[in-house]
Amino acid sequence: MRLTTSALAVSALLSTSVMAAEPTNEELLEILKKQQQQIEELKKSLDKTDKKVEETDQKVESSADAIEQSMTASTSNTQIGGYGELHYNNIEDSESIDFHRFVLFFGHEFTDSIRFFSELELEHALSGDGKPGEVELEQAYIEMDLTEQTKLKSGVFLIPVGIINETHEPPTFYGVERNPIEKNIIPATWWEAGAGLTTQFGEGVNADFAIHSGLNVDITGSNSFLIRNGRQKVAKANADSLAYTARLKYTAIPGLELAASFQHQSDVTQGELDSSASLFSSHVAYTTGNFGIRALYASWDIDGSDAESIGRDSQEGYYVEPSYKINQQFGLFARYNAWDNNAGDSADTEKRQTNIGLNYWPHENVVFKVDIENRTGAQDGSGFNLGVGYQF
Amino acid sequence: MLWSNLSSAKSYMSEQAFVELVESTLLDANQLNSKTLWLKKPMQEKIKRILNHNYPKLRLRYKMLSPLENSSPSNITTVWFLEEIGKEKPISFAISVKNSNVQLIRVLEYRESRGYEVQIPAFTEQFDQIGVDNNGLLNKDIDGITGATMSVSAMKKIARLSILLHNTVTNNENK
Repeated sequence: MRLTTSALAVSALLSTSVMAAEPTNEELLEILKKQQQQIEELKKSLDKTDKKVEETDQKVESSADAIEQSMTASTSNTQIGGYGELHYNNIEDSESIDFHRFVLFFGHEFTDSIRFFSELELEHALSGDGKPGEVELEQAYIEMDLTEQTKLKSGVFLIPVGIINETHEPPTFYGVERNPIEKNIIPATWWEAGAGLTTQFGEGVNADFAIHSGLNVDITGSNSFLIRNGRQKVAKANADSLAYTARLKYTAIPGLELAASFQHQSDVTQGELDSSASLFSSHVAYTTGNFGIRALYASWDIDGSDAESIGRDSQEGYYVEPSYKINQQFGLFARYNAWDNNAGDSADTEKRQTNIGLNYWPHENVVFKVDIENRTGAQDGSGFNLGVGYQF
Repeated sequence: MLWSNLSSAKSYMSEQAFVELVESTLLDANQLNSKTLWLKKPMQEKIKRILNHNYPKLRLRYKMLSPLENSSPSNITTVWFLEEIGKEKPISFAISVKNSNVQLIRVLEYRESRGYEVQIPAFTEQFDQIGVDNNGLLNKDIDGITGATMSVSAMKKIARLSILLHNTVTNNENK
């Protein structure tokens, strides 16, 4: 009996131990609830972390935006630019050195469609009474976009004619000095006051039309009816007789520019002799690969017996300029120029000039130039030119 | 009334339209991801060497299109939206690059007074499949535009830059 009782006691004890090691369903449920709560807490913590990461991302992006904005502050509505060129000329033992042009551009954008542009030039370094140079306001105009294709400009602007007149920053052309045709026949740099429209027809076809102040040539002396001397430079200019310029330009093929301009001057003597005149000019500029060529022809036809009597009723000229770019930094060119400001007379008054030289661009906006020059025809002389120029 | 119709215009294409154009030229089914490249100092230096000036960005957002099956670097196309000043104002470009060659380049917005011809297809098509040589210069000649030298130069720099950026992100992708 005693043994039986002891056995039962041991059995009950063991049974109690087993029951203590295995949790009841209730206990299991409690454990699950706790675990669920921990998971919820972890999820909340993770959400908070995600949110913080997202907030940090936003802060980083905002900071980057602000920094980038301050980094691009220089692209304000007002722009400054410029160009300049120093020349050394040695032609027939006549040597000179001259900071020919020092130019500053100022532009301002009032809105996306209304802007101002100006160009102020100090020519020949020193201006004033008896000094060789001049301070000139070559451009100062307001430009407005009328439509996507049409712009109106009003003020003082460059006449749309030739190659050099509108684009004459030194790194953009070969030769120390500009070509003589766009000096003596087309009097570049040539600016007038008035209003002009530029419109685009399709891809790469543009037309310009401008009404502007006219030339006022000398009517006595050796410079009579010389076009270049007729520029009034919009300096208290005589506006008795206006002029009209039209240009058609084709640039649809890469590397090619074809253009023709026609200008009518109501009276190049501004009421003195009633002498109207017309200018016709055309040019081609083409580059393909390393080769380039520029060619331009321009002629004046001036009415009236006064111009005719001295052979200046007809004035004309042309140049051809092949070039070869050896690499990004070096380019060779040759230019043949012929022009005659007395083409209306029977004498051989044509002037001819050949330039052969090299451009070196250590930077795309900086150029060093050298060329040799040979003058023939109604002028002579030979020598060389050196130059350095820049734009920004 | 004329003045009320004034418009800045000169917008030629939207970014979205360019992405769709790029997608339409790709034969494989592609996955499109928007990504950001942070421009650390070494990269800024490389960019400066191409543009010749400091680059006013800390990061660039770009699109990456890669085939579903095979995303080796040579099959990845990246799309970049970059700006560079021509003469006075920034020109907005969109460029797609694949296998270190420019696939497409378009002018999205042109703000300069002259030189709009850089957006004419006959001009931009010169950049199709253009790459860079060992010196990082374009490996094909680009016929320029008279009177728009600086806009043309800006486009050439942007083509070189986009190839640099593409190579950077696709090499990273491959690691």
